[in-house]
Amino acid sequence: MVAYFTEIFTGLMSLFIGMGITFKEFFKPTVTVSYPYETLTMSARYRGHIELVEDEEGNPQCVVCGLCEKACPSDCISLAGEKPEGGKKKVLTKYKLDFTKCSLCGSCVESCSFGAINFSKDYNLASTNKEDFYFDLLKRLEERKK
Amino acid sequence: MRLTLLNVIIAVVLAIAFAAVNAAYLVWAERRGAARIQRRPGPNINGPFGLLQPPLDGIKLMAKQLTIPGGADRIMFIIAPVLAMFPAIMSFVTIPFSDSIVAKNMNVGVLMIFAFASMGSMSLLIAGWSSRNKYSMMSSVRAVSQAVAYEIPMLITAITVVMIAGSADLTEIVHQQSKSILHWNIFPLLGNSHNILMPFSFLIFFMCTLAETNRAPFDLGEAESELVAGFHTEYGSMGFGLFFMGEYANIVIGSCMTTILFLGGWGCPFGLFPGVWWFILKLYLLIATFIWIRWTFPRTTIYGLLNLCWKILIPLSLFNLLFTAGLLKVF
Ligand code: SF4
Ligand code: SF4
Repeated sequence: MVAYFTEIFTGLMSLFIGMGITFKEFFKPTVTVSYPYETLTMSARYRGHIELVEDEEGNPQCVVCGLCEKACPSDCISLAGEKPEGGKKKVLTKYKLDFTKCSLCGSCVESCSFGAINFSKDYNLASTNKEDFYFDLLKRLEERKK
Repeated sequence: MRLTLLNVIIAVVLAIAFAAVNAAYLVWAERRGAARIQRRPGPNINGPFGLLQPPLDGIKLMAKQLTIPGGADRIMFIIAPVLAMFPAIMSFVTIPFSDSIVAKNMNVGVLMIFAFASMGSMSLLIAGWSSRNKYSMMSSVRAVSQAVAYEIPMLITAITVVMIAGSADLTEIVHQQSKSILHWNIFPLLGNSHNILMPFSFLIFFMCTLAETNRAPFDLGEAESELVAGFHTEYGSMGFGLFFMGEYANIVIGSCMTTILFLGGWGCPFGLFPGVWWFILKLYLLIATFIWIRWTFPRTTIYGLLNLCWKILIPLSLFNLLFTAGLLKVF
């Protein structure tokens, strides 16, 4: 009999404690972000698709050594470059990324000893078209500069 | 007031309007409240504070087609949502909001409300039965066993109050409590019963109202995690809309009844500004508590639910009934 009433009492009290907690939460400020209107700044180590890093003049830092292409386990990267007449260094003419296969493993970024590629913070990538995920990174670099 | 046909029509139209507006904006309040408790903003895009959300939702629901699943009992399937709404509307007609604001006062008002309230579970039964869907079926079985169980303590506590007031007339019950806050049935230190156990009766009645209206944590009938959406799984369009409105209308009625039976109706606590607003204030405080409870507690199991009723609520409410009877004899 005593156990019966203690159980009712403790049960009832626990209900009131629970309600107290939600009551307090009710008056606290919201913690969510209304996504399309506000966005969060991505954390430093967030991995988006890779992007080219530019030097001071705004040209890609890449020296077309091809190490990233070789390092990629999924063969996502295909690049090409040529030596302009009179120039000493090769200039990047094509840098294609097949993002449908990329696993964001980071081997390419690690393999580049010139710091020429990096993870972007771009996450708004939804599309119904597979072709939209074959990125031309040179073009994306141009667009970013604008 | 003489009961002419015109009066009845006006009363019913007003009741429908009141129920519909309440249903629409309680959904809004519920969503905003839930959001606040979960620390998110809730619907805030359409109109100021998202106030245009309910009419837009209504338009969306009305624009949809009402599909009837193959093999369903067509007539029953269509009747069920109407039956969910109808008793709620009818109950509004007898509820006194103040001395003068009552469509048709009856001297058996309490009985009438409970009679209509018990029709609610009938609509769930018909909806689940006629849908030809095993989840709906299970849901209506649960809903009925729940309704049968919880109507008992609810009626017993209501009878306790009727005994104290000596009348089943809702207006008369309020008049009995109107002298001061200490005459209210929730804590009647003055008045003719002096029953210190009444706060527990109030809690029992409130819990039963939660269970009767199929609200969380007693919403076993529409347990999404087990039964898809329960009895209204197969309903779309306004069929679903009516069930939804019925639920909120029932909440309003449950809160009205709690206010009248325990919180002194339109009586004001310290004789301040008497009027219908006290009723409205108490009513919406109770409704806010409904919403608050829903977003605090997880759903119980069906065994927990029935155990709570048969092992705790019914014995306690029976005891209080006897206790009150004894006190009434003594004082
Ligand atoms: S992150 Fe990995 S998979 Fe993606 S392109 Fe770089 S090396 Fe290839
Ligand atoms: S490893 Fe770096 S420098 Fe070499 S091709 Fe790739 S991005 Fe260019």
